[in-house]
Amino acid sequence: MTDRQNEAGGTDGAGALSELIVCPSCDALYKVASVPNGGRARCARCGHSLMAPRENAMARIVMLAATSLVLMTAALFFPFIEITAGGITRRTSVLDAALTFSQSLSLPLALAVAAFIIVLPVLRLVAIVYALAPMSLGWYAPPHARTALRLAEEMKPWAMAEIFVIGVAVALVKIAGLAHVGLGAAFWALALLVLVNILNDNFMCRLTLWRTLEQRSRS
Amino acid sequence: MAHARTTQPVLTAQKAGLLGCRICGRANLGTAQTCSRCGAALSRPAGLQPVLAWLLAGLIVYIPANTYPMLRTSMLGEETDSTILGGAIDLAHHGSWGVAGIVFVASILIPIAKFITIGYLAVAVHRGWPMQGRTRFHLYEIVEFIGRWSMIDVFVVAILVALVQFNLAATIAPGIAAVSFALSVIFTMLAAQAFDPRLIWQSADTDTE
Repeated sequence: MTDRQNEAGGTDGAGALSELIVCPSCDALYKVASVPNGGRARCARCGHSLMAPRENAMARIVMLAATSLVLMTAALFFPFIEITAGGITRRTSVLDAALTFSQSLSLPLALAVAAFIIVLPVLRLVAIVYALAPMSLGWYAPPHARTALRLAEEMKPWAMAEIFVIGVAVALVKIAGLAHVGLGAAFWALALLVLVNILNDNFMCRLTLWRTLEQRSRS
Repeated sequence: MAHARTTQPVLTAQKAGLLGCRICGRANLGTAQTCSRCGAALSRPAGLQPVLAWLLAGLIVYIPANTYPMLRTSMLGEETDSTILGGAIDLAHHGSWGVAGIVFVASILIPIAKFITIGYLAVAVHRGWPMQGRTRFHLYEIVEFIGRWSMIDVFVVAILVALVQFNLAATIAPGIAAVSFALSVIFTMLAAQAFDPRLIWQSADTDTE
Protein backbone atom coordinates (compact mmCIF):
# COMPACT_ATOMS: atom_id res chain seq x y z
CA MET A 1 0.00 0.00 0.00
CA THR A 2 2.70 2.44 -0.93
CA ASP A 3 1.49 3.83 -4.22
CA ARG A 4 -1.62 5.43 -2.79
CA GLN A 5 -0.57 9.00 -3.41
CA ASN A 6 -0.45 8.66 -7.17
CA GLU A 7 -3.19 6.16 -7.70
CA ALA A 8 -5.83 7.91 -5.71
CA GLY A 9 -5.45 11.29 -7.36
CA GLY A 10 -7.61 11.34 -10.43
CA THR A 11 -10.45 8.97 -9.66
CA ASP A 12 -14.04 9.96 -9.90
CA GLY A 13 -16.04 7.01 -11.23
CA ALA A 14 -18.00 4.75 -8.90
CA GLY A 15 -15.99 1.72 -9.99
CA ALA A 16 -12.73 3.39 -9.05
CA LEU A 17 -14.12 4.46 -5.70
CA SER A 18 -14.66 0.87 -4.66
CA GLU A 19 -10.96 0.27 -5.22
CA LEU A 20 -10.14 2.78 -2.52
CA ILE A 21 -10.17 2.34 1.21
CA VAL A 22 -10.41 5.11 3.76
CA CYS A 23 -8.96 4.64 7.22
CA PRO A 24 -11.93 4.98 9.61
CA SER A 25 -9.89 6.68 12.29
CA CYS A 26 -7.66 9.12 10.44
CA ASP A 27 -9.17 9.53 6.97
CA ALA A 28 -6.00 8.46 5.13
CA LEU A 29 -6.76 7.26 1.62
CA TYR A 30 -5.37 4.01 0.22
CA LYS A 31 -5.71 1.94 -2.87
CA VAL A 32 -6.88 -1.55 -1.99
CA ALA A 33 -4.04 -4.04 -2.19
CA SER A 34 -4.33 -7.78 -2.01
CA VAL A 35 -3.38 -8.99 1.44
CA PRO A 36 -2.56 -12.68 1.85
CA ASN A 37 -4.67 -14.76 4.23
CA GLY A 38 -3.33 -14.38 7.74
CA GLY A 39 -1.66 -11.08 6.91
CA ARG A 40 -2.69 -7.68 8.14
CA ALA A 41 -2.51 -4.28 6.49
CA ARG A 42 -2.36 -1.34 8.84
CA CYS A 43 -2.78 2.34 8.28
CA ALA A 44 0.69 3.87 7.97
CA ARG A 45 -0.36 6.95 9.89
CA CYS A 46 -2.44 5.78 12.84
CA GLY A 47 -1.88 2.01 12.89
CA HIS A 48 -5.58 1.15 12.54
CA SER A 49 -6.03 -2.36 11.12
CA LEU A 50 -7.38 -1.96 7.59
CA MET A 51 -7.44 -5.43 6.10
CA ALA A 52 -6.87 -8.75 7.81
CA PRO A 53 -8.30 -11.57 5.73
CA ARG A 54 -8.45 -14.96 7.44
CA GLU A 55 -9.18 -18.30 5.92
CA ASN A 56 -12.86 -19.18 6.31
CA ALA A 57 -13.33 -16.03 8.36
CA MET A 58 -16.97 -15.80 7.35
CA ALA A 59 -17.80 -19.35 8.49
CA ARG A 60 -15.90 -18.91 11.73
CA ILE A 61 -17.62 -15.65 12.57
CA VAL A 62 -21.03 -17.18 11.95
CA MET A 63 -20.25 -20.25 14.04
CA LEU A 64 -18.87 -18.24 16.92
CA ALA A 65 -21.87 -15.90 16.82
CA ALA A 66 -24.24 -18.89 16.81
CA THR A 67 -22.35 -20.37 19.77
CA SER A 68 -22.71 -17.07 21.59
CA LEU A 69 -26.45 -17.10 20.97
CA VAL A 70 -26.82 -20.56 22.52
CA LEU A 71 -24.69 -19.55 25.51
CA MET A 72 -26.65 -16.34 25.84
CA THR A 73 -29.93 -18.27 26.05
CA ALA A 74 -28.49 -20.46 28.79
CA ALA A 75 -27.10 -17.45 30.58
CA LEU A 76 -30.46 -15.73 30.54
CA PHE A 77 -32.64 -18.38 32.06
CA PHE A 78 -30.42 -20.34 34.42
CA PRO A 79 -29.58 -18.73 37.76
CA PHE A 80 -26.13 -17.18 37.69
CA ILE A 81 -25.74 -16.68 41.39
CA GLU A 82 -27.35 -18.11 44.49
CA ILE A 83 -27.12 -17.13 48.10
CA THR A 84 -28.11 -18.95 51.24
CA ALA A 85 -28.82 -17.15 54.47
CA GLY A 86 -30.76 -18.40 57.46
CA GLY A 87 -31.72 -21.58 55.64
CA ILE A 88 -33.32 -19.72 52.76
CA THR A 89 -31.76 -20.04 49.32
CA ARG A 90 -32.32 -17.40 46.70
CA ARG A 91 -31.34 -17.73 43.07
CA THR A 92 -31.14 -14.91 40.60
CA SER A 93 -31.06 -15.07 36.83
CA VAL A 94 -29.82 -12.36 34.49
CA LEU A 95 -33.45 -11.63 33.69
CA ASP A 96 -34.16 -10.95 37.38
CA ALA A 97 -31.17 -8.67 37.66
CA ALA A 98 -32.28 -6.68 34.65
CA LEU A 99 -35.85 -6.33 35.84
CA THR A 100 -35.04 -5.59 39.45
CA PHE A 101 -34.96 -1.83 39.05
CA SER A 102 -38.50 -1.85 37.73
CA GLN A 103 -39.82 -2.34 41.26
CA SER A 104 -38.22 0.83 42.47
CA LEU A 105 -38.10 4.41 41.41
CA SER A 106 -35.93 3.87 38.42
CA LEU A 107 -37.77 2.24 35.56
CA PRO A 108 -35.58 3.92 32.92
CA LEU A 109 -32.55 2.35 34.57
CA ALA A 110 -34.21 -1.07 34.41
CA LEU A 111 -34.77 -0.61 30.70
CA ALA A 112 -31.19 0.54 30.17
CA VAL A 113 -29.72 -2.39 32.09
CA ALA A 114 -31.95 -4.86 30.23
CA ALA A 115 -30.90 -3.30 26.94
CA PHE A 116 -27.19 -3.38 27.76
CA ILE A 117 -26.96 -6.94 29.03
CA ILE A 118 -29.73 -8.74 27.12
CA VAL A 119 -31.39 -6.95 24.22
CA LEU A 120 -28.39 -5.41 22.47
CA PRO A 121 -26.03 -8.42 22.76
CA VAL A 122 -28.76 -10.75 21.43
CA LEU A 123 -29.79 -8.39 18.62
CA ARG A 124 -26.18 -7.93 17.60
CA LEU A 125 -25.56 -11.68 17.38
CA VAL A 126 -28.79 -12.27 15.45
CA ALA A 127 -27.86 -9.51 13.00
CA ILE A 128 -24.40 -10.98 12.42
CA VAL A 129 -25.74 -14.50 11.86
CA TYR A 130 -28.46 -13.22 9.54
CA ALA A 131 -26.12 -11.12 7.43
CA LEU A 132 -23.25 -13.57 7.12
CA ALA A 133 -24.64 -17.10 7.40
CA PRO A 134 -25.85 -17.34 3.77
CA MET A 135 -22.52 -16.06 2.50
CA SER A 136 -20.56 -18.51 4.62
CA LEU A 137 -22.45 -21.24 2.74
CA GLY A 138 -21.50 -19.69 -0.58
CA TRP A 139 -24.87 -18.05 -1.28
CA TYR A 140 -25.63 -14.44 -2.02
CA ALA A 141 -26.08 -12.01 0.84
CA PRO A 142 -29.69 -11.87 2.09
CA PRO A 143 -31.77 -8.72 1.63
CA HIS A 144 -30.84 -5.90 4.00
CA ALA A 145 -27.67 -7.73 5.01
CA ARG A 146 -25.81 -4.43 4.86
CA THR A 147 -28.25 -2.72 7.20
CA ALA A 148 -28.04 -5.66 9.62
CA LEU A 149 -24.25 -5.63 9.66
CA ARG A 150 -24.13 -1.87 10.05
CA LEU A 151 -26.50 -2.01 13.00
CA ALA A 152 -24.39 -4.78 14.56
CA GLU A 153 -21.38 -2.51 14.19
CA GLU A 154 -23.14 0.48 15.71
CA MET A 155 -24.46 -1.55 18.65
CA LYS A 156 -21.03 -2.86 19.57
CA PRO A 157 -20.05 -0.35 22.27
CA TRP A 158 -23.46 -0.72 23.95
CA ALA A 159 -23.51 -4.50 24.23
CA MET A 160 -22.08 -5.02 27.70
CA ALA A 161 -22.49 -8.70 28.54
CA GLU A 162 -18.79 -9.07 29.39
CA ILE A 163 -18.88 -6.12 31.77
CA PHE A 164 -21.80 -7.74 33.53
CA VAL A 165 -19.66 -10.83 34.20
CA ILE A 166 -17.13 -8.73 36.09
CA GLY A 167 -20.04 -7.09 37.89
CA VAL A 168 -21.19 -10.52 39.10
CA ALA A 169 -17.75 -11.21 40.53
CA VAL A 170 -17.71 -7.89 42.38
CA ALA A 171 -21.22 -8.44 43.74
CA LEU A 172 -20.17 -11.87 44.99
CA VAL A 173 -17.43 -10.41 47.11
CA LYS A 174 -19.68 -7.65 48.39
CA ILE A 175 -22.25 -10.01 49.90
CA ALA A 176 -19.88 -12.82 50.80
CA GLY A 177 -20.01 -11.56 54.37
CA LEU A 178 -23.82 -11.47 54.52
CA ALA A 179 -24.60 -14.94 53.32
CA HIS A 180 -23.24 -18.06 51.72
CA VAL A 181 -22.81 -17.42 48.04
CA GLY A 182 -22.42 -19.78 45.11
CA LEU A 183 -22.14 -19.38 41.37
CA GLY A 184 -24.84 -20.86 39.15
CA ALA A 185 -24.61 -22.51 35.74
CA ALA A 186 -25.39 -19.29 33.95
CA PHE A 187 -22.28 -17.60 35.28
CA TRP A 188 -20.08 -20.12 33.51
CA ALA A 189 -22.15 -19.75 30.36
CA LEU A 190 -21.59 -16.01 30.55
CA ALA A 191 -17.87 -16.39 31.16
CA LEU A 192 -17.59 -18.68 28.12
CA LEU A 193 -19.61 -16.16 26.15
CA VAL A 194 -17.06 -13.49 26.89
CA LEU A 195 -14.24 -15.73 25.62
CA VAL A 196 -16.14 -16.58 22.44
CA ASN A 197 -16.84 -12.91 21.82
CA ILE A 198 -13.18 -12.00 22.16
CA LEU A 199 -12.29 -14.72 19.64
CA ASN A 200 -14.98 -13.45 17.32
CA ASP A 201 -13.77 -9.87 17.43
CA ASN A 202 -10.32 -11.12 16.46
CA PHE A 203 -11.70 -12.75 13.34
CA MET A 204 -13.99 -9.95 12.47
CA CYS A 205 -11.92 -7.62 10.37
CA ARG A 206 -14.47 -4.97 9.68
CA LEU A 207 -13.28 -3.55 6.40
CA THR A 208 -12.50 -6.93 4.83
CA LEU A 209 -15.95 -8.13 5.80
CA TRP A 210 -17.58 -5.15 4.18
CA ARG A 211 -15.69 -5.59 0.95
CA THR A 212 -16.73 -9.24 0.77
CA LEU A 213 -20.32 -8.32 1.52
CA GLU A 214 -20.30 -5.76 -1.28
CA GLN A 215 -18.84 -8.18 -3.77
CA ARG A 216 -21.29 -10.93 -2.92
CA SER A 217 -24.41 -8.82 -2.93
CA ARG A 218 -26.88 -8.98 -5.75
CA SER A 219 -26.98 -5.37 -6.83
CA MET B 1 4.63 -0.67 12.80
CA ALA B 2 5.89 1.35 15.71
CA HIS B 3 8.44 3.04 13.50
CA ALA B 4 5.97 4.07 10.87
CA ARG B 5 5.81 7.68 12.02
CA THR B 6 4.79 9.74 9.06
CA THR B 7 6.79 12.77 8.24
CA GLN B 8 5.44 13.43 4.79
CA PRO B 9 1.89 14.74 4.48
CA VAL B 10 -0.67 11.99 4.03
CA LEU B 11 -3.28 12.11 1.31
CA THR B 12 -6.61 12.03 3.10
CA ALA B 13 -10.02 11.37 1.64
CA GLN B 14 -10.97 14.90 2.51
CA LYS B 15 -8.10 16.38 0.50
CA ALA B 16 -9.02 14.17 -2.44
CA GLY B 17 -12.54 15.58 -2.31
CA LEU B 18 -13.94 12.27 -1.07
CA LEU B 19 -15.79 11.29 2.04
CA GLY B 20 -14.74 8.20 3.95
CA CYS B 21 -17.28 6.03 5.76
CA ARG B 22 -16.30 5.50 9.39
CA ILE B 23 -18.16 2.20 9.60
CA CYS B 24 -17.01 0.32 6.51
CA GLY B 25 -14.12 2.34 5.10
CA ARG B 26 -15.78 2.94 1.73
CA ALA B 27 -14.76 6.05 -0.20
CA ASN B 28 -17.75 8.09 -1.26
CA LEU B 29 -18.16 11.15 -3.46
CA GLY B 30 -17.81 14.37 -1.52
CA THR B 31 -21.45 15.22 -2.08
CA ALA B 32 -22.87 11.94 -0.75
CA GLN B 33 -25.09 11.95 2.34
CA THR B 34 -25.10 8.23 3.12
CA CYS B 35 -22.48 5.59 2.45
CA SER B 36 -23.10 3.73 -0.80
CA ARG B 37 -21.95 0.46 0.78
CA CYS B 38 -23.32 0.24 4.30
CA GLY B 39 -25.86 3.07 4.30
CA ALA B 40 -24.44 4.80 7.36
CA ALA B 41 -24.87 8.54 7.58
CA LEU B 42 -21.64 10.17 6.45
CA SER B 43 -20.24 12.85 8.66
CA ARG B 44 -17.83 15.52 7.68
CA PRO B 45 -15.36 16.23 10.47
CA ALA B 46 -17.59 18.53 12.43
CA GLY B 47 -17.04 20.90 15.32
CA LEU B 48 -16.49 20.00 18.92
CA GLN B 49 -19.78 21.37 20.22
CA PRO B 50 -21.58 18.00 20.54
CA VAL B 51 -18.52 16.56 22.31
CA LEU B 52 -18.43 19.38 24.82
CA ALA B 53 -22.21 19.24 25.31
CA TRP B 54 -22.19 15.51 26.15
CA LEU B 55 -19.10 15.96 28.29
CA LEU B 56 -20.72 18.75 30.29
CA ALA B 57 -23.90 16.71 30.72
CA GLY B 58 -21.82 13.78 31.94
CA LEU B 59 -19.95 16.00 34.37
CA ILE B 60 -23.15 17.48 35.80
CA VAL B 61 -24.76 14.12 36.54
CA TYR B 62 -21.47 12.84 37.90
CA ILE B 63 -21.81 15.18 40.90
CA PRO B 64 -25.01 13.64 42.37
CA ALA B 65 -23.58 10.23 41.46
CA ASN B 66 -20.89 10.81 44.06
CA THR B 67 -22.74 12.73 46.73
CA TYR B 68 -25.95 10.68 46.89
CA PRO B 69 -26.08 7.06 48.05
CA MET B 70 -25.60 4.32 45.49
CA LEU B 71 -26.96 1.57 47.72
CA ARG B 72 -29.36 1.70 50.66
CA THR B 73 -28.92 -1.36 52.81
CA SER B 74 -31.34 -2.03 55.61
CA MET B 75 -30.37 -4.73 58.01
CA LEU B 76 -32.58 -5.59 60.95
CA GLY B 77 -34.35 -2.27 60.67
CA GLU B 78 -31.16 -0.28 60.51
CA GLU B 79 -30.57 1.69 57.34
CA THR B 80 -27.15 2.44 55.94
CA ASP B 81 -26.45 4.42 52.82
CA SER B 82 -23.27 3.95 50.93
CA THR B 83 -21.88 6.16 48.20
CA ILE B 84 -19.59 4.97 45.42
CA LEU B 85 -16.44 5.92 47.29
CA GLY B 86 -17.88 4.60 50.56
CA GLY B 87 -18.58 1.23 48.94
CA ALA B 88 -15.00 0.93 47.74
CA ILE B 89 -13.67 1.87 51.18
CA ASP B 90 -15.95 -0.69 52.85
CA LEU B 91 -14.61 -3.40 50.58
CA ALA B 92 -11.06 -2.42 51.43
CA HIS B 93 -11.89 -2.55 55.15
CA HIS B 94 -13.16 -6.09 54.72
CA GLY B 95 -9.82 -6.99 53.26
CA SER B 96 -10.96 -7.46 49.66
CA TRP B 97 -8.30 -5.24 48.24
CA GLY B 98 -8.52 -6.61 44.72
CA VAL B 99 -12.23 -5.99 44.36
CA ALA B 100 -12.00 -2.65 46.12
CA GLY B 101 -9.36 -1.79 43.53
CA ILE B 102 -11.62 -2.78 40.62
CA VAL B 103 -14.49 -0.69 41.98
CA PHE B 104 -12.23 2.26 42.68
CA VAL B 105 -10.66 2.16 39.23
CA ALA B 106 -13.90 1.56 37.34
CA SER B 107 -16.11 4.05 39.17
CA ILE B 108 -13.75 6.79 40.22
CA LEU B 109 -10.45 6.77 38.35
CA ILE B 110 -11.80 5.94 34.88
CA PRO B 111 -14.65 8.51 34.87
CA ILE B 112 -12.39 11.31 36.09
CA ALA B 113 -9.59 10.36 33.71
CA LYS B 114 -12.16 10.29 30.93
CA PHE B 115 -13.42 13.80 31.66
CA ILE B 116 -9.87 15.12 31.71
CA THR B 117 -8.78 13.28 28.57
CA ILE B 118 -11.76 14.20 26.41
CA GLY B 119 -11.51 17.78 27.63
CA TYR B 120 -7.79 17.85 26.84
CA LEU B 121 -8.31 16.38 23.36
CA ALA B 122 -11.06 18.87 22.58
CA VAL B 123 -9.00 21.85 23.69
CA ALA B 124 -5.86 20.55 21.95
CA VAL B 125 -7.72 20.09 18.66
CA HIS B 126 -9.48 23.42 18.98
CA ARG B 127 -6.31 25.36 19.73
CA GLY B 128 -4.28 23.34 17.24
CA TRP B 129 -1.58 22.49 19.78
CA PRO B 130 1.35 20.75 18.12
CA MET B 131 1.52 17.02 18.79
CA GLN B 132 4.19 14.41 18.81
CA GLY B 133 3.54 11.16 16.99
CA ARG B 134 0.45 9.21 17.86
CA THR B 135 0.13 10.02 21.55
CA ARG B 136 -3.11 11.94 21.21
CA PHE B 137 -4.63 9.30 18.98
CA HIS B 138 -3.73 6.57 21.47
CA LEU B 139 -5.39 8.59 24.23
CA TYR B 140 -8.55 8.73 22.14
CA GLU B 141 -8.45 4.98 21.48
CA ILE B 142 -8.02 4.22 25.17
CA VAL B 143 -10.90 6.49 26.18
CA GLU B 144 -13.19 4.94 23.59
CA PHE B 145 -12.27 1.43 24.64
CA ILE B 146 -12.39 1.83 28.38
CA GLY B 147 -15.45 4.05 28.81
CA ARG B 148 -18.03 1.25 28.90
CA TRP B 149 -16.26 -0.56 31.74
CA SER B 150 -17.44 2.07 34.21
CA MET B 151 -20.85 0.42 33.98
CA ILE B 152 -19.60 -2.30 36.37
CA ASP B 153 -20.88 -0.46 39.43
CA VAL B 154 -24.37 -0.05 37.99
CA PHE B 155 -24.53 -3.77 37.23
CA VAL B 156 -23.28 -4.62 40.71
CA VAL B 157 -26.14 -2.59 42.16
CA ALA B 158 -28.63 -4.38 39.89
CA ILE B 159 -27.30 -7.79 40.96
CA LEU B 160 -27.26 -6.95 44.66
CA VAL B 161 -30.80 -5.57 44.60
CA ALA B 162 -32.06 -8.64 42.77
CA LEU B 163 -30.31 -11.02 45.16
CA VAL B 164 -30.84 -9.48 48.52
CA GLN B 165 -34.54 -8.97 48.82
CA PHE B 166 -37.32 -9.71 51.23
CA ASN B 167 -36.86 -13.26 52.56
CA LEU B 168 -33.55 -12.20 54.03
CA ALA B 169 -32.77 -10.18 57.08
CA ALA B 170 -31.24 -7.51 54.89
CA THR B 171 -32.69 -5.66 51.94
CA ILE B 172 -30.84 -3.55 49.44
CA ALA B 173 -32.37 -0.80 47.31
CA PRO B 174 -30.74 1.34 44.63
CA GLY B 175 -30.12 4.99 45.45
CA ILE B 176 -30.34 8.05 43.24
CA ALA B 177 -26.64 7.79 42.50
CA ALA B 178 -27.19 4.54 40.58
CA VAL B 179 -29.29 6.39 38.01
CA SER B 180 -27.08 9.44 37.77
CA PHE B 181 -23.92 7.36 37.56
CA ALA B 182 -25.38 5.28 34.72
CA LEU B 183 -26.36 8.48 32.93
CA SER B 184 -22.88 9.91 33.46
CA VAL B 185 -21.28 6.83 31.87
CA ILE B 186 -23.72 6.94 28.94
CA PHE B 187 -23.15 10.67 28.36
CA THR B 188 -19.37 10.38 28.38
CA MET B 189 -19.56 7.39 26.01
CA LEU B 190 -21.62 9.58 23.68
CA ALA B 191 -19.06 12.36 24.06
CA ALA B 192 -16.28 9.98 23.03
CA GLN B 193 -18.32 8.77 20.07
CA ALA B 194 -19.14 12.32 19.00
CA PHE B 195 -15.45 13.13 18.98
CA ASP B 196 -14.22 12.66 15.43
CA PRO B 197 -10.69 11.17 15.50
CA ARG B 198 -10.04 12.70 12.08
CA LEU B 199 -9.84 16.06 13.84
CA ILE B 200 -6.79 14.85 15.77
CA TRP B 201 -4.98 14.22 12.53
CA GLN B 202 -6.07 17.46 10.95
CA SER B 203 -4.03 19.38 13.47
CA ALA B 204 -1.11 17.07 12.66
CA ASP B 205 -1.48 17.87 8.98
CA THR B 206 -1.30 21.59 9.52
CA ASP B 207 1.92 21.05 11.48
CA THR B 208 3.70 19.27 8.68
CA GLU B 209 2.72 21.61 5.93
